Amino acid sequence: MASVAESGYIPASRRRRFSRRRVGQAVAPYVLLTPAAAVIGLVLAYPLYLLVKMSFQKYGLFELIRHQGKWIGTANYASIFHDAEFWHVVLRTLLFTAVCVSLTMILGTAIALLLLQVSRWVRIALTTGLVLVWAVPVIVAVDIWRWMVDYQFGVANWILTELHLGNFARHDWFANPWTGFGVFTLLIVWGAIPFVAITVYAALAQVPHELLEAAAIDGAKPWAIFREVTLPLLKPIFVILISLSIIWDFQVFQQIWVMLDGRPSSDYYTMAIYAFHQSFQISEYGLGAAIAVVMVLFMFAATLLYLRQMLRTGEVN
Amino acid sequence: MSSVTQIAPTPVAPVVTRPRSRKRLRKAGWNVLGLLVLAVMVFPVYWMVSTAFKPGHDILSYTPQFIPTHPVLSNFTDAIHQQFFWNAVKNSLIVTSVVVVLSLVLAFLAALALAKFSFYGRKPFIVVILGVQMVPLAALIIPLYILMSRVHQVDKLSGVIVMYLTFVLPFAVWTLRGFLLGVPKELEESAMVDGATRFGAFVRILLPLLGPGLVATSIFAFIQAWNEFIIAYVFLHTPEKQTLMVWLASFTTLRGTDWGPLMAGATLCSLPVIIFFVLVQRKIAFGLTAGAVKG
Repeated sequence: MASVAESGYIPASRRRRFSRRRVGQAVAPYVLLTPAAAVIGLVLAYPLYLLVKMSFQKYGLFELIRHQGKWIGTANYASIFHDAEFWHVVLRTLLFTAVCVSLTMILGTAIALLLLQVSRWVRIALTTGLVLVWAVPVIVAVDIWRWMVDYQFGVANWILTELHLGNFARHDWFANPWTGFGVFTLLIVWGAIPFVAITVYAALAQVPHELLEAAAIDGAKPWAIFREVTLPLLKPIFVILISLSIIWDFQVFQQIWVMLDGRPSSDYYTMAIYAFHQSFQISEYGLGAAIAVVMVLFMFAATLLYLRQMLRTGEVN
Repeated sequence: MSSVTQIAPTPVAPVVTRPRSRKRLRKAGWNVLGLLVLAVMVFPVYWMVSTAFKPGHDILSYTPQFIPTHPVLSNFTDAIHQQFFWNAVKNSLIVTSVVVVLSLVLAFLAALALAKFSFYGRKPFIVVILGVQMVPLAALIIPLYILMSRVHQVDKLSGVIVMYLTFVLPFAVWTLRGFLLGVPKELEESAMVDGATRFGAFVRILLPLLGPGLVATSIFAFIQAWNEFIIAYVFLHTPEKQTLMVWLASFTTLRGTDWGPLMAGATLCSLPVIIFFVLVQRKIAFGLTAGAVKG
């Protein structure tokens, strides 16, 4: 990271006498950046500051109308940290993220490897199918899955019954949060696999041929070649994919919210839903902000990982 | 579709000599597995489309019909006659087109600064651009609501547009910067040596070369704005002002679960995205992971 800060300067040796052209050159980039920076500052940076500030304030309906919160120090944090439900929600969100990210990465990589083995026409068909799935809007995906797992006429219950895996007629998947989260996991992993599979496949295709051949000639088994040659080369892409997946899955909101008609029971609260519930449903915006701040901190680790990898790969010069 | 086929590289299977028939059998095995994976992955999409074409009694049947034997269009007509559908279409079109145009202009200017100038604060700005993509929207929605209600932008399309712009910009700047860096400096310089002004070189040389990048970026902005749900859901209260995704999400609550029209509506809402997506998916994949693999 040190090199990032240092090389922003124009070295002193390259500085020349002031002329109108020089000044224009020096000012131009800032002028070009201003509009984008202004929008990002206004809608991202300022709200982020506001979020932290609100987390130290009492901010209910009354304060919302007055446009003015009341400073209460760390009381919001004390209250959520002493709330057993909050820790349940944190644990649930972490577990859910871990399961979704692992499944996405494993299945996505497996499909990428499969793409290398199949004939050309199968590969084209499969990539096209993956892109199709990738393109489905999240809300549409939720509606499709809601229809498939419908307790009465859903195709999932029918297939499972036909496969003699038990009697699933009129089985309600959301009655039990474990099976309910199972459905959410499937929905999210299904939607996330294409991006991972196609990206890993593109990366695999760039692994130099000679390396693999050399390893094969040396008598290495396919699995050993994958582990010792391919995997280290793909590490950067895995770091980026994993950190992106963590960030996307950790803040899961709309899938659960829309699937459960905007009325999820507390068994289905993830951190994003809990923060949303505290703020918009019971008007405790300060408490909601404190939960959101904790959420941002959790995700900060994944963000750092992503940033470090992006900067390290030399794209940022 | 050509963008999809382009990915196909030379297979990198390890070279091992085996009897030919065994090798072919193996290949066939992989192909069967590949087709199986394809069937599982695509099934939900197929189920949506086929349900959309089924008459009501085929949908509400305890033994699902896997192939619609009597396809009908009534679900589609039901969907588009649903209340507020045309409002939602109009709103979605307004929001997405404004977001696309504005984000393209702002992102292009910023990308120009990042790619063509060396100035103090360039790298920190790049770090910020990459970093803000990671800020969870679900966390920001609370302060955004407070902020927007202060400036009276709740329940207004303009407020939603500004928010979408912010979430599209980092990616757009990043992608366009990549495209700009890909244009060799010598091209521009030689045009200027030949007597073109800086602006002339920009219009004649740079802009045509950037065409694909601009198309990819605008389609990405389109998809983002078209698909977004949380912001539209929280900020647009009046049914007349809602976008298509909010309309779709509230579909069932209006008159129970009417699966046929719902699936028809879902198909209609995803159609533009799917078309555009297939056109540019490679560029989107590489924008997020650019340069991460160097052989």
